[in-house]
This record gives sequence, structure tokens and C-alpha cells, in this order.
Amino acid sequence: MQLILTGIRHCYGGTSVVDDISFTVGDGEIVCIVGPSGCGKSTLLRIAGGLERPDAGEVLVAGQPADGSLNPLTYIFQDFALLPWRTVEGNVSLVLEDHAVGREDRRAIVKDVLARTNLSEFARALPRQLSGGMKQRVAIARALAVKPAIMLMDEPLSALDSQTRELLMDDLVALWQRERFSACYVTHNLNEAVRLGRRIIVLSRRPGRIREVVEIDMPLAQRPQRLAELEKLQRRVWEIMREEAREADREISDVA
Amino acid sequence: MSREVVDADDERAEGNPTADMQAVRPVPFRGGGFTHGRRLGPVAPLVFLSVLVLWEAGSRSGIISPVALPAPSEALGALADLVTTGMLWKHFGASLYRLAIGWTLGSLLGIAVGLLIGLFSLARAGLLPLVSALFPIPKIALLPLFIIWFGIGEGSKVATILFGTFFPTVIATYGGVDNVDRNLIRMGQSFGLSWLSIVRKIIVPGAMPAILSGFRISASIAIVLLVAAEMIGAEHGIGAYILMAGALFATDQLIAGVALLSALGLTIGWLIGRAERALLSWRT
Repeated sequence: MQLILTGIRHCYGGTSVVDDISFTVGDGEIVCIVGPSGCGKSTLLRIAGGLERPDAGEVLVAGQPADGSLNPLTYIFQDFALLPWRTVEGNVSLVLEDHAVGREDRRAIVKDVLARTNLSEFARALPRQLSGGMKQRVAIARALAVKPAIMLMDEPLSALDSQTRELLMDDLVALWQRERFSACYVTHNLNEAVRLGRRIIVLSRRPGRIREVVEIDMPLAQRPQRLAELEKLQRRVWEIMREEAREADREISDVA
Repeated sequence: MSREVVDADDERAEGNPTADMQAVRPVPFRGGGFTHGRRLGPVAPLVFLSVLVLWEAGSRSGIISPVALPAPSEALGALADLVTTGMLWKHFGASLYRLAIGWTLGSLLGIAVGLLIGLFSLARAGLLPLVSALFPIPKIALLPLFIIWFGIGEGSKVATILFGTFFPTVIATYGGVDNVDRNLIRMGQSFGLSWLSIVRKIIVPGAMPAILSGFRISASIAIVLLVAAEMIGAEHGIGAYILMAGALFATDQLIAGVALLSALGLTIGWLIGRAERALLSWRT
């Protein structure tokens, strides 16, 4: 399934946040969106998944999701968004309870996704008992449970420390190798972008416009071995962003 | 010990400042106080007991005039009288009945209206000003009206407690709904959960801490209103018993009645504490 954004424009109370943004997330493709803080990355992602209505422009999907996909466009949030009063199991089962899935099937799906994310032994733990990395794994398991066609990831690793981030990045790559999901991945971390992105869309500071699109042809599996090349790419993206980030930084201090 | 050597040789210490620095000493601990870590279980009963003992001793020795304040033993005697005559259950039962019905109905209605105000803009626009206007009225001032509407019997007393507990519950509930993490609601929407599921599984549990702390407040308001309503017009009930005792200057009975109220309040507080532990075990 493809996700197509055309001419997206959005304002918050007179301030334009994103302006004339068009791009396509192709089948099995990870598209990273980077940009300075406050450039409307998260707004864009909310619009892409139908959580917010754009002032102008359209979000379209093309093609059919795979059979059994319960929630084709599925989010992974920066703050994990787990219900603190439900166990790991309960949090995963939550998103199945409103679909026509039998009790036995539901239990089987929960068990399967927890096994795939190495969480089986934590099934009965409460979120407060888990580390940040574990919480995000639960959120990933929850997303897998509804068999998404396109994942919308809003800075999924930003709330984690750098070691956990590295571990989860490996998990995500392994997951992508198996499932070949499409994803729109918003981040401010350029290293994540060059490690995961097939394309990197660089946004300007507010109002966010597309500054440049960087294509990376290197297969995901080879990237850990070719860090030197990635380093170069990362620097190139940073060169594009640098002035924007500096201006954005100054802008915010002006407002405050 | 090396310090002594240095002190003895004053000239060398001054000439060589590092010598004093080399003396090893522990960093003094200064993080004490301002925490409540120690387990002091037996202190509370001890304080209670010593107050009672002092009071009893004061009464017996004549320092406390029996006219001003009866001895605890006399109050206990009055309480024993209540038990033996079988009046205890009559008064206590009547009070408990009014409290249970009034508080339960008031809380249920309060939660319902609080949810409406929390969830629907129209209800918020229409009902919130009304709630804000009626909340500060001391409900006991409306008792004469309630007597006209619901009769001098149980109806007016239950209605007073009901109205008294309704408003704080409404305010606690809609405040709790407003405070539910918006991201959790957005998560529910993004996974295509139905409106009812989001309310049942995300909003209500998220508002539960606020609702339960509202219960603490409404329960104490209910006890105050119970006694006030019973003092105005009731045959039985702890309030009526206290009023009667006061009119006869039977201060021992008065103290016995007040002790019953205190026990009632403590029990309710303990029950709500248990409910909190059961329903909010997911919090730290």
C-alpha cells in the first residue's frame, strides 16, 4: 500500500506550520522526515494518519492492504502511549478488542507478537515496571498486532538513551527485513534517518517546506558495515539543515 | 592521625599547604531531615491513649470540671448504655442508611453528570455554569425546601446528602476527564477504537484517581450534612442523639455521639483507602 500526500498546508491559529508538502511513501519503503524543531514534522505525521485535518491538500492511499490488516495506518508514538493500568498483554489486546477477532484468536495474536518482540516473559508486567526501551517494544508489539500496512512513527526512539536506541534500531531493521512494512519515520536524529531511511525528506524551519530529498540506495542490512559512507551522508544532510536549525533555534528564543 | 603530626609541626604545615589536604577525612553527611522514612507504627495509638489517660486523670482530680467536660469513662458509660438499651443500632442504623443512600445516589449522579460535562461541549456549555452556581450554596440552607418537596421523613435528609455530595463529585469527575493524557486518547483513535471503548477503557480509568479523591471530600461533606439534617428534624440518628444530649446537658452522651461520628468518618476513610489500593494499584 502506498501513502500519498499532496499539497499539505496547515496553520495553527494564524501561524503556518507546514506549507505545500507533497511526497509518497512507496510499498515497503521507509521514508524519514527530518527538520529543525518546531518545523511541523509531528503535525505532518498526524495529518498523514488522519488524526488531524489539513487546511489544504489531500492524504490518499493507493492499493489494498494485505489480507487481515486490521488497521492499515498504525502509529508508534514518542511517549509510547501505553495505558498504565493495563499489563503488557492488556495493552496489546486493547487494540484488538474492537475488531471482529475471536477470544482465542486474540490470545493467539497477542502471544505471537509478544514472542516476535521478545516480550513473552513480561506479558503480565505493568508499564511502570518496564524500562523505556521495553515500553517502546510493547508499543511496537501493539502496532504489529493489527498488521499495519504503513507504520507512522513519531520520533519512536527519541525518549530512549543512546544504547537502548541502538538496540531498538537493530530490532527495527530486523523487523523490516522480515515484514517489509512501509513507514513514515519522523525524527530529529540524523543518524537514525541515514540508518533506516530509503529516502530522507529534509524540511525547512517553520513553516515547514521540503528543502531537499536525499535518496539512499544502500540496503538496510549492509548499513552497519558501511558506516563511513553513512557518516558522509549524514554530514550532507546536516549541511542542508544547519542554517535552518540555527534560525529555528533563534526563532524560538525570540518568541519566548 | 597524620593530621596530628602536621598540627604539631606548625611551620611545615604552613609552608606546605598540601600536607593538610592530604589528611583523609569523611565527607560529612548533610542530607538528613525532611523525609518520612522511619516506621513509627505504635506512635499513633500511644498518643491517643495518653490523651485519654491525661483527660481521665484531669477529670478525676477535679482539674477538669465535670460540667465543662465529662470524663472519658463517663462517655464510655453512655456508650455502654446505648448498647444495652439497643438504641445504638437504632441511631447508628438510621444514620448509616441515610448516608449510604444519599452518598451513593449523589456520587453516581455526580459521576454521570461529570462525564457528560467532560465529554460533550454542549453539556459543558449548558451544565457547568449551573454546577458552578449551585456548588457554593450550603445545602443545609435548602433543607426547609427539601422538607416541603420530599417530606419531613427520610426523603429530605437523603436529598440534602445527595445534593451535598453530587456537586463535588461532578467537579472531581470532569476535572479528572480533562486531565486524562490526550496522547492516550489519540492513541485510541489512531487504532480505530470506538467512541465507547475510548471512554470505557481510557477516559474512565484515567479519571479514576481524581474521582476517588473526590470521594474523600464528598464523604466528609456527607457526614457534616447528615448530622445537620438530623439535628433539624429526626427522631433517630446520631445527629438527633447529639442534639437531644445537648438539650439535656448530658455531655457524656454528647461526647459518646461525637466519638461515634469520628469512628464513622475514620471507617469511611479507611474504606476509600482500600478502594484506592484496589483500583489504582497500577500507580506506584
